[in-house]
Parts: sequence; C-alpha cells; structure tokens
Amino acid sequence: MYSFTPTEEQQMLLDAVKRYAEGDIRPASREAEESTELPPELIEKGWELGILQASIPEAYAGFGDYSVLTGALAAEGLAYGDLAATLGVMTPNLFVLPILLAGSEEQKKSFIPPVIEMEWKAYTAALIEPTFDFDPQALETKATQKGKDILLNGEKIYVPYASEAQALLVYADLDGKTQGFIVPGDAEGLSVGERQKTLGIHACPLYSLKLEDVKIPAGNQLNGPDGHSMEGILASWHVALAAMAVGVAQAAYEYAIDYAKDREVFGVKVAQKQAIAFMLAEMGTDIEATRLLTWEAAWMLDEGKEEAYKHAFLAYSGAVDMVMMVTDRAVQILGGHGYIREHPVELWMRNGRGFAAFTGLAMV
Amino acid sequence: MISFEMPKPLVQTRTVVETVAKNMMRPVSRQLDENEHEIPWAYIEFMHTATKALGSSSMAPDEAPQKKKEDPEKKKRPPINYQRLMIMVETLSWGDAGIYLCTPGGMLGAAAVSAAGTPEQKKRFLSRFTGKEPIFDAMAMTEPQAGSDTSAIRTTAVLDEKTNEWILNGEKIFVTAGNKALVDSKGFIVVWASLDLEAGRSGIRSFVIEAGTPGCKVTKMEEKLGIRASDTVSIVLQDCRIPFENILGSPTVEKSTKGYKGAMQTFDATRPIVAASALGVARAALEFVQEKLAEAGKEIRYGIPRQKMTHLEREVIEMEIQLRQAWLLTVKALWMADNKQSNALIASMSKVKAGKVATVITQKAVELMGPLGYSRDFLLEKWFRDAKINDIFEGTGQINLLVVARNILGYRGSQLR
Repeated sequence: MYSFTPTEEQQMLLDAVKRYAEGDIRPASREAEESTELPPELIEKGWELGILQASIPEAYAGFGDYSVLTGALAAEGLAYGDLAATLGVMTPNLFVLPILLAGSEEQKKSFIPPVIEMEWKAYTAALIEPTFDFDPQALETKATQKGKDILLNGEKIYVPYASEAQALLVYADLDGKTQGFIVPGDAEGLSVGERQKTLGIHACPLYSLKLEDVKIPAGNQLNGPDGHSMEGILASWHVALAAMAVGVAQAAYEYAIDYAKDREVFGVKVAQKQAIAFMLAEMGTDIEATRLLTWEAAWMLDEGKEEAYKHAFLAYSGAVDMVMMVTDRAVQILGGHGYIREHPVELWMRNGRGFAAFTGLAMV
Repeated sequence: MISFEMPKPLVQTRTVVETVAKNMMRPVSRQLDENEHEIPWAYIEFMHTATKALGSSSMAPDEAPQKKKEDPEKKKRPPINYQRLMIMVETLSWGDAGIYLCTPGGMLGAAAVSAAGTPEQKKRFLSRFTGKEPIFDAMAMTEPQAGSDTSAIRTTAVLDEKTNEWILNGEKIFVTAGNKALVDSKGFIVVWASLDLEAGRSGIRSFVIEAGTPGCKVTKMEEKLGIRASDTVSIVLQDCRIPFENILGSPTVEKSTKGYKGAMQTFDATRPIVAASALGVARAALEFVQEKLAEAGKEIRYGIPRQKMTHLEREVIEMEIQLRQAWLLTVKALWMADNKQSNALIASMSKVKAGKVATVITQKAVELMGPLGYSRDFLLEKWFRDAKINDIFEGTGQINLLVVARNILGYRGSQLR
C-alpha cells in the first residue's frame, strides 16, 4: 500500500525538530554565518533531540532502530533551519553510521557507544579531496598494507571539526577499492590544516587534512581486513543530502512567498504578477517532487529493495538541481533585497550550490 | 507509515494491462497513426469484454463496484480505485496513447456524472456501459472562443417550462471521443452550458446529452499532430432539447459559484489521470532510448560524479529523475483522492509536472536517437507527437500552474488572473 503519512513516532520527532529548527537554529543562523561560529549550546540542543541515538540499536547503547527514512525526515527538518548548523549537529553521524552499516560486530561494540553519549563530541570523517572531479569511488588517498598495520597517505579537504576530532573515519583507496579506516584524532602523521573558507556554510568548521604515513592497526579497517562494500554508505550520503536540499529549498520557497505577498509593485502585490506566481508554482512543485523521490529512495533502502542505491543517486542528483533552481529564484523574487545580506535568501543560495560538492558531508 | 509499496492488486493489474498494451496496441500503433480516424475495434471489443468480465463498467473509480464479500478483513483495506485507474492509464498509454483514448466505458463524462450526479442520474447514465455493445462518453467544454477560460463559454441552456425540457444552443470544439460517444455508439456527452450568460461562472452547469438526441450534431473531425487514433470533434447544438433531469447539479442560479466550483472539482481527479497518460508515453520513449543504448553497448553509469559523466549519461539520468518525480506526484495525488483528502494542489502539480516532463522527455529522446529518432520506422517520433497533447488538454500547463500558484498563495481568481 502506498502511504504518505509518517508514523506517530516520526511525527513526534518531526515536531521536535521543527521547534528546534524554527526556534533555535533559524534565529542564530545569520550571526553564526557572519562570525563563522556555531554556538556550542546550539549544537548541544540539537544533539539532545537524540536523532542519531534513536537510529542506533540498544546493543550499541542507542534506543531505536536504524531507518534512513526517519533520518531523512529529520535532516530535512533541520536543514529548513540552517544548513551549517545541521551539518554541525549531524557530524558524529559521519563516524557512527558507516560503522553501524558496514563495521564488524566488535567495531560496533567498541566505537559506537562512546560517541552517542549525552554530550556532543567531535567524531567526524574525511572523504573529500581537492580535485574538481572528485569521485568517492576513485580516491587519491592511498592505504597500503605493511605487516599488521595500514599506512595512510594523502590529502583531504572539508573535514568537519577536524581540529578537535577525537577520532575520524578516513576513506582511502586500498587495492583499487574505497575503504573506511578508523583513525584516532591524535594519530601520528595526521596534520590538520587551516580552517577552510567556502562559498557558503561559513559557520561549519571545515578543515583540510594531511595524512603522512599515518599508521593504524589493520583491524581498524572498517569491517576488518575483509573490507566492506561502499554502496550503502554512498546511498546514505546521497539521501541525507537530498533531504537537506529539500529543507533548504523549502525555507527559501516559503520566504519568497511571504515576501512576494507583502511587497507592492505597480499597485498590486508582487505575487499577483504571473511572472512571479508561476516561478513560485514551479518551485513548490519541484520541491514536493524531490521530497517524494527522496522519501522513496530512503524507504527503498530501509526495505532493502533492488535498485535502492540507484534511486538514492537519482534523488540526490535531482535535488542538486532543484535546490539551486529554487534558491536562485528566491533571490530573484526578492530582487535587490535578495542580494542584501539582511535577508537570508542569499545565504541559502550559496548553501544550495554546495550540494553538488558535499558528498560525504552528511549521513542519515 | 510512509510506504512506496505498490499494492499487490495493482501489480496484478499492471501485468494484465501490459499484455494488452504489448499485444493489442503496439502492433497496430503505426497503422492507426497513418490512417487517422480508423477505429481500433479489435481493441475496443476486447476491452469491453474484459472490463465486463472484471465486473467494472466504468473507469470512473467511484462507480467501480466494490467486492461484495463480507470479509471484515477486506473491508479494512484502503481504497485504491483511483490508483488502479492510474496504473491502467499509464500502462495503456505506454502501449499507445491514442488507442487508450478509444477505451470504451465511462471516462470523463462518467467522471462528471459520478462527481455531480444524483443516485438516480448515475443509474440512468452509467448503467449503459455494462451492455452488450461497447459504449463511449465524452466531455464537451471547449468552445471556439473559450479554451482554458471556461467561464467564457457561450453555449446556453434555457428551460422550456411547458415541456420541462432544457433547450441547448451553441458550438463545442475539441471534444475527445465525441464521435464515438454520439455516432459510433449509443453513449452520451456531458456539455457545459450557461443558464444565464450575465451570471458568469455561477451560471455554468453541465448537462447530459444522449446519442441520438435531435439538434446535437457532430460537424467536424479534427486532423491532429498526434493521438490520431482518437477522434476529436466539433459539435453543434441547435435547439437541442433534453429532459429537465439531465442537468448535473442545481437548476437555479445562485449568487455563489458553488456549482461551477463543483464542476471544476472533477479536475482534481481527472488531471492526475491525464498526468498518468503522459507518464506512460514518456516511459515508452525513455525505455526505447535505454534499449537502443544497451544494444549499442553504451552503459549508463549511476552514482559517478557529474564531472565524469558523458553528456548522454547526464541526459538519460535526468530523464529518469524527472519521470520518477512526476510519477510520485501523480501517485500521491490519486492516493489522496482515494482517501477522500482534498488534493487540488497536488493534482494540478502532477499535471504540470507530467505534462512538461512527457513533452521534454519525448523531445529529448528524438534528439538523442539522432536519425533513428526522426525515422517513422520506429514509434519514437510518434510518441513525440502524442506526448504534446498532455501539456494542452485537461488544462494547459500554464492553466495548471495558475491553479498551483493560486493555491500556494491563497489567492482567488480575482487576485491572480
């Protein structure tokens, strides 16, 4: 049976997320962007919602079951508030969820519980590399076997909270395949570079990272020396970003509607002009369409459906274009005011473009 | 709980209809396209027999008979009649969108009767579809001077109090399957006319005119870009008299536009169905492209960065995304209709999206397939022509955008023209 109604539990979570996104994130977002700092208490409050904890089974100290769909619903709700804060709150997901999805039983037992404790801690992941055609399935960072150890060498960028990371999941190429490696934050040969400056999400602390003969035990390879598949992890990145893109787009869309219904032009409201009204109609249509495709991909992943990975990619790919279209139009509808930093639409437009480059920055 | 699992009965429906599409539609597609106005009787007879065997007389979902078994478990099952119709229409249109429009039984006309008619009217007009012969219906709304602007229609209905009959006068154009409803079978058309031209929208009502009624005449059969198997006709009403009981809705003109709005609500159900037809044509075109690429050994790589994709890969993936998005909007619109939720917004969204997507996908497919796309040796060029109608009838893409815009902005027609 088709159904488009969230469960009661999901709805409760969504309501809590909405209160946080509207009441806490949104009011703090401009100041965070300008000062390039996410207030720790904002992150803590988001962490207290227990979104990650609720997707971890009791055996690993959580209190729920993993669901991509529930995660996607929450991610959209958070990103509606602000993207940088969302990525901040959800950074530990980047470390925990791949272990949950692809790690060995031993790794799950030892690495997950410390992360999902009461307090938000900087556990993160390093995937992205500084090439224009960056491909998670063809990494430049290399892992080489040396006896019982593994040596990691390479250069990563856009690593959230790398400067204070307790541990990271570093992705590297091992014999032609991308694999995840658990690396302690204080590992020798690991050097964190300068804070990175990007087009958007200024508040999100991103760092470059150098790995020079970083030595870890072979047992720290995700799922041990047998290795693991990347497909589920890749799909989770895709769905998370698609959901967040929908959240960002929804924010811009609603803001543009409110503005257009308020602003007078030639004796009528801007929204009464078809040139504007039609833009809004297309924005609303494409947001809903992208949301449904994202939900479907998430649902397919939860149900273990054939082609779920492909659908996750389709959802993400569609969302990348949709969010750029919507946020660009929101700026356009506000006209000159859209270009001024007094309004948030210029921020959302800059954040919107990022989804094309954010693979690996979010997981659900 | 959110779920995208297609209900099992619908999976079965799709399998059955797919067989029809493959065996009875595709093989005669070209023939019927090149011989406009030839009637696909083999398909029509088959569908008539088949739907009768299934116990369903009408494609108007509210009128489809419910299973009579008193199994309490079964009663709990959520309604899926509109969703079933969507699957049927999508699959039949995948076979051939023109032939699909020749499907006998209740269609748009029946939908209008079903939405606004009394139980007595439903019985009178809808029971005919289960008879021996295949019967058609049609909706006559558009006039030479009134297309999307249905409030501008000038066909009049005047009550002759002596005989208690309505007298209709006017001209209707672009009536889909009008010839089948009035000439090729003993069907009926639903005509939109004004009780009072001064009253504007609030004076507009719909009326049922049965085949054989004097004063109602098919005057022209259009020659079209596509969907050539389906007839599109002009109808002249000249002192056409029908019984008083043939009016759908209230016979008096009130100040409110309730009657007009009621009629417009029919669109909430029919627009996603047109969207479904568009999706079927688009899927046919996309599958053609995918097959030809596979034959040529071209693999589409999913999941790689765009910077590494070929142009062809990007285009095909974009087509898939758009098609799936439009499909999901349509499913949701009809799921809401089945669950009696107000769906005007998403119904129009689905029509906007599907109409556009089908047009773009078929046009793109012809481009990507180069000389093969342009050749009449294949059906792709036909689908390119067939698809375009979906962005035009049952409300153009622009009118549907207007409906969406008014909805999201909370504007009335006077505030957003």
